[in-house]
Amino acid sequence: MSEPVAVTDKTPVTVLTGYLGAGKTTLLNRILSEPHGKRYAVIVNEFGEIGIDNELVVGADEEVFEMNNGCICCTVRGDLIRIIEGLMKRKGKFDAIIVETTGLADPAPVAQTFFVDEDVRAKSRLDAVVTVADAKWLASRLRDAPEAKNQIAFADVIIINKVDLVTPAELDEVEARIRAINPYARLLKATKCDVEIDEVLERRAFDLERILDIEPDFLNAEDHDHDHHHDHEHGHDHHHHGLKHFHDEDMQSVSARLDGDLDPNKFMPWINNLTQTEGPKILRCKGIVALKGDPKRFVFQGVHMMLDGEPQRDWKPGEKRESKVVFIGRDLDEEAIRKGFAACAA
Amino acid sequence: MTEPSNSLTQHVSPLEAGEPVLAAAFVGDAPALALANGVVKLGGRDVAAHPDGAILCAALDGARWLTGGDDGRVVAISAEGAAETLADEKGKWIDALAAREGAVAWSAGKTVRARDAKGAVKSWTAPTTARGLAFLPKGYRLAAAHYNGVSLWFPNADAAPQLLEWKGSHLDATVSPDGRFLVTSMQENALHGWRLSDGRNMRMTGYPGKSRSLSWSHDGHWLATSGAEACVVWPFKEKDGPMGKPPRECGVRPHRITEVAFHPRALVVAIGYADGLVLLCRLGDAAEILVRPPGAGAISALAWDKIGARLLFGTDAGAAGLLTLPA
Repeated sequence: MSEPVAVTDKTPVTVLTGYLGAGKTTLLNRILSEPHGKRYAVIVNEFGEIGIDNELVVGADEEVFEMNNGCICCTVRGDLIRIIEGLMKRKGKFDAIIVETTGLADPAPVAQTFFVDEDVRAKSRLDAVVTVADAKWLASRLRDAPEAKNQIAFADVIIINKVDLVTPAELDEVEARIRAINPYARLLKATKCDVEIDEVLERRAFDLERILDIEPDFLNAEDHDHDHHHDHEHGHDHHHHGLKHFHDEDMQSVSARLDGDLDPNKFMPWINNLTQTEGPKILRCKGIVALKGDPKRFVFQGVHMMLDGEPQRDWKPGEKRESKVVFIGRDLDEEAIRKGFAACAA
Repeated sequence: MTEPSNSLTQHVSPLEAGEPVLAAAFVGDAPALALANGVVKLGGRDVAAHPDGAILCAALDGARWLTGGDDGRVVAISAEGAAETLADEKGKWIDALAAREGAVAWSAGKTVRARDAKGAVKSWTAPTTARGLAFLPKGYRLAAAHYNGVSLWFPNADAAPQLLEWKGSHLDATVSPDGRFLVTSMQENALHGWRLSDGRNMRMTGYPGKSRSLSWSHDGHWLATSGAEACVVWPFKEKDGPMGKPPRECGVRPHRITEVAFHPRALVVAIGYADGLVLLCRLGDAAEILVRPPGAGAISALAWDKIGARLLFGTDAGAAGLLTLPA
């Protein structure tokens, strides 16, 4: 049975990405056919794969527009703004929205739509970017298709699909390649996208209230190196948590951490300046920081040049005040980010 | 500001809409409300204009009301309540509608069609999704707002439409009653205008939100706009339009204005707010009269009858009312 939904709740929007043939439509049909009692409005690209069995399916044109604010990476999906506006007129007829993008789509404009458009923000919220990856072909696509790399780097949830078609060693390799780009996404392994729907929907990945921790998904508390120094020696496949450790040539994550407080008068200008100047290269960023004199944890997240941040819950008594930031992006200057962050110490 | 001392609230009779009101009009003499569930409330009866659909847009043409739905249909509703399907864009949404003297234009994605009074349909493909349509007051010519500008299309001519270019996403389109100016609302909380004689650009900025409701005064000298905590009224009397002139502001309240509608005969503008309040405001001295106190959703539709004796309004929470001005 469907659960009652509070009228004040914003409609969650899940974005499904994945390179051509990875299995987006399989996942979509799986979500739609599960007996969860939820009703979905599905936004598909007009030239996409057919055969979606759902009452409310809307064809979209994937019209990516630049915002008129002088910021070149600030692109939005104009069609999505229009469609969400239209769907909201039928509010009450569905519980959530799923957006399926084309295989070549960059997830950034979709996500940025939820930062930029006031009307979209007022009525809906981006839940998570879910990327379906083909276990057999992802490694090749990461070499020859920048779109595939973007989709992995951007994801909150990554489904390695068709694991039945690869050997355990091949699976290890594809997992390691994904982790080299995005160690923070939740990783699921599947055959025919047979994942638990709860693992994909209602993730609240963009909800500042829910960003409780930003540890890499695979880390165990005991033996992780907090600074996640990547091994830059190529050709040297050392084993890390039983996985090969790769370094992706152009897409990386950089994390930094600092014990104690940050000076808000240093940190705020630094993070703003960093995202303004390096924004085109930064796909995603997140952070939980302790600002001097503030009893609350300050949490932020961003997409390219767009930042969203707010004070969250109080630091608990006995909880260690510390600050952590994570950036996933292309050709990031790791040393400059680390130094800049370190200089924000109070 | 102080709440207006004058009040017309006792002259308002409530109407039961029951569903979010998307548009309002007087069809013939009857107050009509287009609802989210595809029903048009016409006088006392329900017209199932878009069964199982939602109404996305509406346009009045003389004594018939046109509605466009997410069922892909364009429906003409007569004052008697008869519904006629004028077009069916199967599997698409009707995004925009315009009507004038028997001619109807609609858009579904990039497809723009115009149907003349005799029923002949012409089609044109816009460069990107057409978000707003408006007929020019003279000739059979349509303005279609899209990304990076507006196209002016003669449906009966083979010539390519004239493109008025301006960077950005243009949403609604409206043409001044004298045909001198074209104005669009934009994604970036601004309006953009063109003087049609020479294509000169004019930017109207400073809105805290999108301005999606635009209404010309009966004499065409003023354009009232939503999107701010005051009704921003731009002067269009002079040949340069609002260039270099500040707009008038009236109805200042700490709530966003969602709908505006100029009286058809006087320089009085009806203003609807996000908190459900409705005011009448006289442009000359900014005098205000309360029509409806706040409550029951944001005002989502406002319409005067032809002579300006009655004002119809509805909210996005399904409330509605009819003001009859005291004689």
